[in-house]
Amino acid sequence: MSKKLTALLAILFSFSLVAAACGGSDDASGGDSDLTTGLVYDIGGRGDQSFNDSAAAGLERAESELGISFTEASPNDDGSNRAELLQLQADSNPLVVAVGFLFAGDAAAVAGDNPETNFAVIDDAMLDFDNGGVPLADNAAGLTFAEEQGSYLVGAAAASQSETGKIGFIGGVCCFGLIEKFEAGYIAGAKAVNPDIEIVSEYITEFPDFDGFNAPDRAKEIAAAMYEGGSDIVYHAAGGAGAGMFEAAKEYSESSGSKVWGIGVDSDQYNTVDPGVQEYVMTSMLKRVDNAVFEIIKAQDAGTFAGGNTVYDLETDGVGYSTSGDFLTSDTIDTLEDLKAQIVAGDITVPTDPADA
Amino acid sequence: MNTMIRRVALSVSAPLIALIFAVLVSSIVLLASGSNPVEAYGDMITHGLKLGTIVDILNRATPLYLSGVAAAIGFRMNLFNIGVEGQYRFAAIVAAYVGAQLALPGVLHVAVILVVAMVVGGATAGVAGALKVTRGINEVISTIMINAILISGVIAALSKRWQAGGSVDATSSNAGVGTDPIPESGLIPNLNGLVEPITGEISRGKELTGMFLVAVAVGVAYHIILNRTRFGYDLRASGINPFAARAGGVSSNRMIVTAMVLSGMVAGLVGMPSLMALGRFNPNFVSLLGFNGIAVALLGRNNPGGIVFGAIIFAFLDVSSGILQISGSASREIKDIIQGIILLAAVVAYEVVRRYREREEARLAAEALAADGPPTLDGGPTPSVAGA
Repeated sequence: MSKKLTALLAILFSFSLVAAACGGSDDASGGDSDLTTGLVYDIGGRGDQSFNDSAAAGLERAESELGISFTEASPNDDGSNRAELLQLQADSNPLVVAVGFLFAGDAAAVAGDNPETNFAVIDDAMLDFDNGGVPLADNAAGLTFAEEQGSYLVGAAAASQSETGKIGFIGGVCCFGLIEKFEAGYIAGAKAVNPDIEIVSEYITEFPDFDGFNAPDRAKEIAAAMYEGGSDIVYHAAGGAGAGMFEAAKEYSESSGSKVWGIGVDSDQYNTVDPGVQEYVMTSMLKRVDNAVFEIIKAQDAGTFAGGNTVYDLETDGVGYSTSGDFLTSDTIDTLEDLKAQIVAGDITVPTDPADA
Repeated sequence: MNTMIRRVALSVSAPLIALIFAVLVSSIVLLASGSNPVEAYGDMITHGLKLGTIVDILNRATPLYLSGVAAAIGFRMNLFNIGVEGQYRFAAIVAAYVGAQLALPGVLHVAVILVVAMVVGGATAGVAGALKVTRGINEVISTIMINAILISGVIAALSKRWQAGGSVDATSSNAGVGTDPIPESGLIPNLNGLVEPITGEISRGKELTGMFLVAVAVGVAYHIILNRTRFGYDLRASGINPFAARAGGVSSNRMIVTAMVLSGMVAGLVGMPSLMALGRFNPNFVSLLGFNGIAVALLGRNNPGGIVFGAIIFAFLDVSSGILQISGSASREIKDIIQGIILLAAVVAYEVVRRYREREEARLAAEALAADGPPTLDGGPTPSVAGA
């Protein structure tokens, strides 16, 4: 019942936003491409201050720089109509971008049914690992990120600036392989700077329960416990739930008098969080979903779309860290740039499994 | 003869009033959110009449119907089985695991998977029934608790334990996440071959789920058991007046446990269309069907035919959300709002019509009495009992 009420309120309040967005898509400027792109968000759609919004930013950049036009859609709350949305977009667009690995299976199937349409899936390699890693379909591209590399840098930042020698990690949903990459990189990066650092990790929910990405209340509890336990910097890879971590940082800092920090994920969260907690966002691990979306649209426009996996890593600025708020010291930034250069040069290989970190 | 027409008109009028009311209120919401209702309804209907979309609607209505029947069996006995959500997800992962371990000929393999799902669903719901009769624990509380334990605990643990290949490789594709795939022989084939001679080719990879036939069978069985058997009579009697039923020799404890187990058995089937389509239990397994089923059962008045209507309306709206977003005629949340309005309108309309019918019957009875002259104690027509 509360979901219906929320939906009603969302309608009323988002009216002005929707109107603004619709206005935006009419006055395309910059390029003069006649390409149309269909984008399908993960559950929740625009407004998550994180993953989906980052994809939307890439789409809007393509609109203003290339002059493409687009249609967007999000699945129902239970995700039951993902394949339907992909097919609907394929009916009228030569390129369909799906945001989120949960689209992988449906995108492979719909790509097979629509050989004349190109598909791109964010966060899934779209490779057939049972057959030696060949692309699942020639018209399906997988856009993935080296999250472990970006996480390595923010882990190093945390270890450099921690005063207690103890830091934390909160993962949204464990045990389906993706979030462990963040954890592994974070641990390895922290240990690279300070081998004696103590790291506590906790996940909100376990696969197949994906509520962890949207449970700020539970992220807040976990973060509060970590700060109480002596961690002074906590990194979250929990999507929309991360807001709870920053709240916990604010509350603990104000009640205890000693300042603790949170590290954001995906977007530069200094710019997206509630202004009241902005000063607790030490840095954010940037996952440039917007770049990936923009690049694939650009490739389609130029006629160079190719199936298979593209990995966005430190070298291509697909991942990185933010310095908004100037909370990172110049020493820390020097350390991070040094580590970054070593990763790009291949001197450091960042693990993807926490057991190897 | 005249009263016959009257009765039919009255029973049809409730859903009709609800529908008209829902369309009116939804139009106001659409206007308020800056959309053109005529355009939005036009898109929904044009899209909804396409063959591929009809397949989508039936595929969506199938699990909604099963979930509606599962909830309705409980409602008939005045039991609120909120546990359908946990029951069907738990049943599906166990059925997926068992199905993947077996190598059996087609029909048998499918039957084993469905039976396992029904047994697991029935046993899980039965626990709530047993707690109610032995410890007096309200089934609403126990099923909510069991949902939480199953979804966040048991299913999470089992997913990890039964992950194909032991663990998920972080560098691999999402395609690798989930239980071992069920062999082809364990999957019900789609019905495209069966319906295409009549409808023409169903294009673009749309497949009508084979579980559609199972849902039809469940609906027929529910109708027969409810209206043509001693058990169904006892169930309805206990639901309407448990004290009278007990006085008539119906054991309420036995009815509670049986109704919960039956409800759970049907709940076990709710996840099968999704499981059969995916071929394994993985993150794309469709959730929330249990809660939607409660709404569908309410809309269908717990009636085998009424639930068909409820399931198709809900499925139609669910499927419409895509075209509304892509054509730009309305936003996604509209479909949630329309579903809510229809449900509310139906509940109100049924109540209004029921009251009107009661008044009418009382008036007719009074007229009949007046026409027959002063009533006598043992002669004359008996005033009909209102309601029922």
